[in-house]
Amino acid sequence: MKPLTPKRLAWICGTLGGALLLVMAISLKFGATPVSLTELLVNLWRVAVGTIAEIPSEHQMFVFELRLPRILLGVLVGAALSVAGAGFQALLRNPLADPYVLGVSSGAALGAILSLILAANRPLAMPLAAFAGAAVTIAAVYFLGRRSGEIDSYTLLLGGIITASFLSGVIMFLMTTLSGRDLRGIAFWLMGDLSSPAPVAAGWLFAVLGLAIGAIYTTAADLNLLLSGEQEAMHLGVDVPRVKLVVYLGASVLTGLAVSVSGAIGYVGLLVPHVMRMLFGSDYRVLIPTSALGGAIVIVAADTLARTIVSPTQLPVGAMTAIAGAPTFLYLLRRRLP
Amino acid sequence: MSAPQNVMEPPARLAWGEVRLSVEQASYAYGAGGERQAPLFTLGATSFQARQRELVAVLGPNASGKSTLLRLLAGSAKPLSGRVLLDGFETSAMDPRTRARRIAMVQQETSLLFPVRAWEYVLQGRHPYGHGLRFETPEDCAIAENALAQLGATHLADRPMHEISGGEKQRVILARALAQQPLLLLLDEPTLHLDLGAQVELLRQLRRLAEENRYTVVVVTHELNLAAEFADQVVLLHRGKCLRVGAPAEVYHPEFLTQVYGADLEVETSSRGIPRVIVRGGPRGGGELPRMES
Repeated sequence: MKPLTPKRLAWICGTLGGALLLVMAISLKFGATPVSLTELLVNLWRVAVGTIAEIPSEHQMFVFELRLPRILLGVLVGAALSVAGAGFQALLRNPLADPYVLGVSSGAALGAILSLILAANRPLAMPLAAFAGAAVTIAAVYFLGRRSGEIDSYTLLLGGIITASFLSGVIMFLMTTLSGRDLRGIAFWLMGDLSSPAPVAAGWLFAVLGLAIGAIYTTAADLNLLLSGEQEAMHLGVDVPRVKLVVYLGASVLTGLAVSVSGAIGYVGLLVPHVMRMLFGSDYRVLIPTSALGGAIVIVAADTLARTIVSPTQLPVGAMTAIAGAPTFLYLLRRRLP
Repeated sequence: MSAPQNVMEPPARLAWGEVRLSVEQASYAYGAGGERQAPLFTLGATSFQARQRELVAVLGPNASGKSTLLRLLAGSAKPLSGRVLLDGFETSAMDPRTRARRIAMVQQETSLLFPVRAWEYVLQGRHPYGHGLRFETPEDCAIAENALAQLGATHLADRPMHEISGGEKQRVILARALAQQPLLLLLDEPTLHLDLGAQVELLRQLRRLAEENRYTVVVVTHELNLAAEFADQVVLLHRGKCLRVGAPAEVYHPEFLTQVYGADLEVETSSRGIPRVIVRGGPRGGGELPRMES
């Protein structure tokens, strides 16, 4: 009997945190313009000790103005989508739940596009609309997935897939109203892309990310019990309606946040929590922080591949995650569901 | 035959101590989705009392209201009228944590979404005692180990729940309920998927736990003979009405059971005064059901 201790949790998170820093450093090195390792380390040291002026201007542009913001955006999106996926899996009691599969990402995308059409110049409109789109969609899918009062795995997934396809139709319709220049950007963004010049410098994105993940994390011990069913959780002292509300709002915020900065990147919320379960067990007290860190690692790594694999052409990162994620989904579908 | 009467006198085999569980004219109705519509199912006013160390069996055919009664006892449903008191406190008015420290419920089916080991499952029973992220203390682990030991399931601790047999799983599930250190232990058809030997073993364990841990145990079951052997009193429900409450010998009358269950049943009494229900062959004898008006 080896229960989880704060020390063990700190070790696991510390190790993954180290791995994330390593992946970020590797991602800084690779790109259309290669940077030597020595050069990179010297310049990172210069940043650390505050002598940024000594960094060559060309290097500063490639590494710190183009690649670093994109990497930070990857960290944000990966963490948000993975924790949202883990949250939806517990909330809906479905191991295949994921913001993309359930159509929640499409809902957020529809909200974001509506805000572009209706309120183009308001900076906060897009993330708020994306959140609203995510929240409305998950509520709709939740009710579509119920059969005689109980959540049914297959009905839920089908409901999600049909909702996603319906929302994609609406998005296509709305896109015809846009001009050609906007159209290409939005089409690329819809596939899931980190190259858009998002306001990463705005710390509030990370603040919202931290708040939403933190809120979900406060319910981690309750989520372990919710996996056995709502009645069981209630009999073990879980305030089920409160926990469901926190996870529902938190996961919707995270999906809205990710989609508003990077479009609909698929399967991360499915892939990452499952890998973390295989590595560290299914305890949500470990799963939520490891999913956040693991998601960040996966997106940063996938985006580095997307930037370099057919360099100088850049692929949308959503294409990379879909190539890896769809087979995983099929594997889990055949193995896990009764 | 005269209509069955509600027998409200205390049972013949009195257990020790004060009344712990008191069900006072508790009733319930499942709505059809609107107040104007007629309810889909109603459980009529039910009353009985149980002391500590007492084992109560709730009996009745399918759809007689057994699980509904259990939900009222567990406090997960609020009675439409009447009340359910545990040590003087209404179970439906307790906050979830307090309730989970006093009442443990073993459900009919348990489904696990992701694999967990038996010890992790048993430690879930300590959830209502923790705070925040609920890192388990050495005391929690000792209580969980003790619960597994009490049920002879220590060797299962490291086994994944989905790999152990039905009888073993039942012991681990029961160990989780023990880890809650409850006053009242409720079980919804715990013998459902067990073979006869495992059923007897389970009831024997429940009897022993009631004595050793001073629990009040309420078991919903279809096993009339096991209930007669192990229960201090039985509550017989039929079509949402509480027909009789009392010691098995008081409730088990052949004509009465034949009509309730719609099968030709006989009752014999053993030398220890315990009734035995025997199924007779031939056509079903349930032509006429008892009139519920008492």
